[in-house]
Amino acid sequence: MISNSDERLVVDPNDQQPKKIRLHEASLSRYMILSVLSFLTLITIYTLMNLDAAGVKIGSAVHGLMMTLRQMFLQPSAGSDGIVLLLQSLGISLLLSIMTTVIGAVIGFVLAVFASKNLTNAYLGGGIRIIMAIIRAIPTIIWVLIFSIVCGLGTNAAVLGLSFHSVAYLTKAYSESIEEIDQSTIEALKVTGSKFWVVVFQAIWPTIIASLVSWTFIRVEINFANAVAVGAAAGAGGIGYQLFVSSGMSFDFHEVGMIVYLVIVATLLLEFIAVKLRKAYIVK
Amino acid sequence: MQTPVKYLARKHWKQTGVIALIGSIYLLSSYILKFDGLSGILAIPRAFTWLWINFRPTSNSIQYLPSIWQKLIGTVMLAVASTVVASIIAIFVAILGSKVTGGNSVIQTVVRGIASFFRNIPLVAWAMILLFSFKQSDFTGFLALLLLSVGYLIRAFMEIIEDEASETMLALKATGASYLQVIFQAVIPQIMPSLISWILYMIENNVRDATLVGILTGTGIGFVFDIYYKSFRFDAAGMTVLLIIVVVIALEILSNQIRKVIL
Repeated sequence: MISNSDERLVVDPNDQQPKKIRLHEASLSRYMILSVLSFLTLITIYTLMNLDAAGVKIGSAVHGLMMTLRQMFLQPSAGSDGIVLLLQSLGISLLLSIMTTVIGAVIGFVLAVFASKNLTNAYLGGGIRIIMAIIRAIPTIIWVLIFSIVCGLGTNAAVLGLSFHSVAYLTKAYSESIEEIDQSTIEALKVTGSKFWVVVFQAIWPTIIASLVSWTFIRVEINFANAVAVGAAAGAGGIGYQLFVSSGMSFDFHEVGMIVYLVIVATLLLEFIAVKLRKAYIVK
Repeated sequence: MQTPVKYLARKHWKQTGVIALIGSIYLLSSYILKFDGLSGILAIPRAFTWLWINFRPTSNSIQYLPSIWQKLIGTVMLAVASTVVASIIAIFVAILGSKVTGGNSVIQTVVRGIASFFRNIPLVAWAMILLFSFKQSDFTGFLALLLLSVGYLIRAFMEIIEDEASETMLALKATGASYLQVIFQAVIPQIMPSLISWILYMIENNVRDATLVGILTGTGIGFVFDIYYKSFRFDAAGMTVLLIIVVVIALEILSNQIRKVIL
């Protein structure tokens, strides 16, 4: 767009002046935006028109929802489980998310080095990228369910399932950061005769450390959300399981409210630590 | 001034410290969680062998294909609808709350608070609360995805507006344009490509999350998978997973191509 307007600064006297100023440049990008927008809108309208609400009366349902929300947020209580048990479960979910992120980060970094286009040959990199795309496409909950058949329901299945998805996600994120590195940095070190892993740890690692840290912390937050979800849907323990029991079995929405508050505090805490650490690394 | 030797020694110790810290986090967590690393690693090949034997779609599972496909397409459309409705809500809230286009600092703080609140309530909680009031229907799944997406999209859109639109906005303000003119003629057209990029990302994400919402609320593709899985029809469950992989990867490729054109 900029180059087009630059050319127009030189006015050819023979050129006929356009009669009307065109407000919008006609470009492929514009047509694409318009067509994507209209396509998405059409799908939305069609889906909403045909949405099956199972005969629920919206008015009374909304009223019921408001009652539930009031019980949750205005009168939270630890319920029959007691605050100690809830805090313990919260700790388990937090540890689960941190541990699976550590596993994901270590394995993900090694795989990312081999998957990056500027470091390895195309076949190895392409192969890793395809496998990771397939692993990523399978939702975390399905991974946990698959591993729970082999390991039994419990921590082992949850750790493996969450780690699988983390590895795939972080491999992609890290290798994209590695591919953004200026090629001359790598070339300069290679010319001095440095070995492959020396290049990785002396040139690549320090260059991308800030983005590594921020991707890793985004993943901690995602893993925490996933750990809660997996605890509920696969019975893998932690605060998610308590949430599932109190809302789906004993219908104690006061306790649900307490659990939601605990989860919010934990995520805010993680976010706070992430912001502090990112600042520390970016300043350096 | 540090000497190079001292600098390298410090760097070496720092690296060792970081590695030791990561290692001890791992060991401590696996001790508390009672995670057995060795049997965990051994479980991976066992899981894949089991998958290959049981989850492999057979000629028998072809009969499930039409109904799985129908549910999957329905789920994708539900994810699209909830994302689009969420982004319409989010764009107005983001305009009110961003530092560039927003009102006073009270409104900004309130918007940030609301966004963070919606983002941090666990998906499970939304799904279960909505299930209680709205029963087992597609509408419940739609609402759960909608409420989750709104929080994320408000934050994303606010960041986009602050990063990309402030200069254009100043330029148009200088010409004496009114607030609404600035918003609709400068801000929204300027941020459109990034906005669509985010909407596409959210759709991909929601298709994946829809599986989980479906397992919890008994709707869409998640419900289908759950039924096959719990009734031990593993070949049909495998077929479901295979179709999910195909659709998610197709969506990813499609949205990457769209991003290449618009950005």
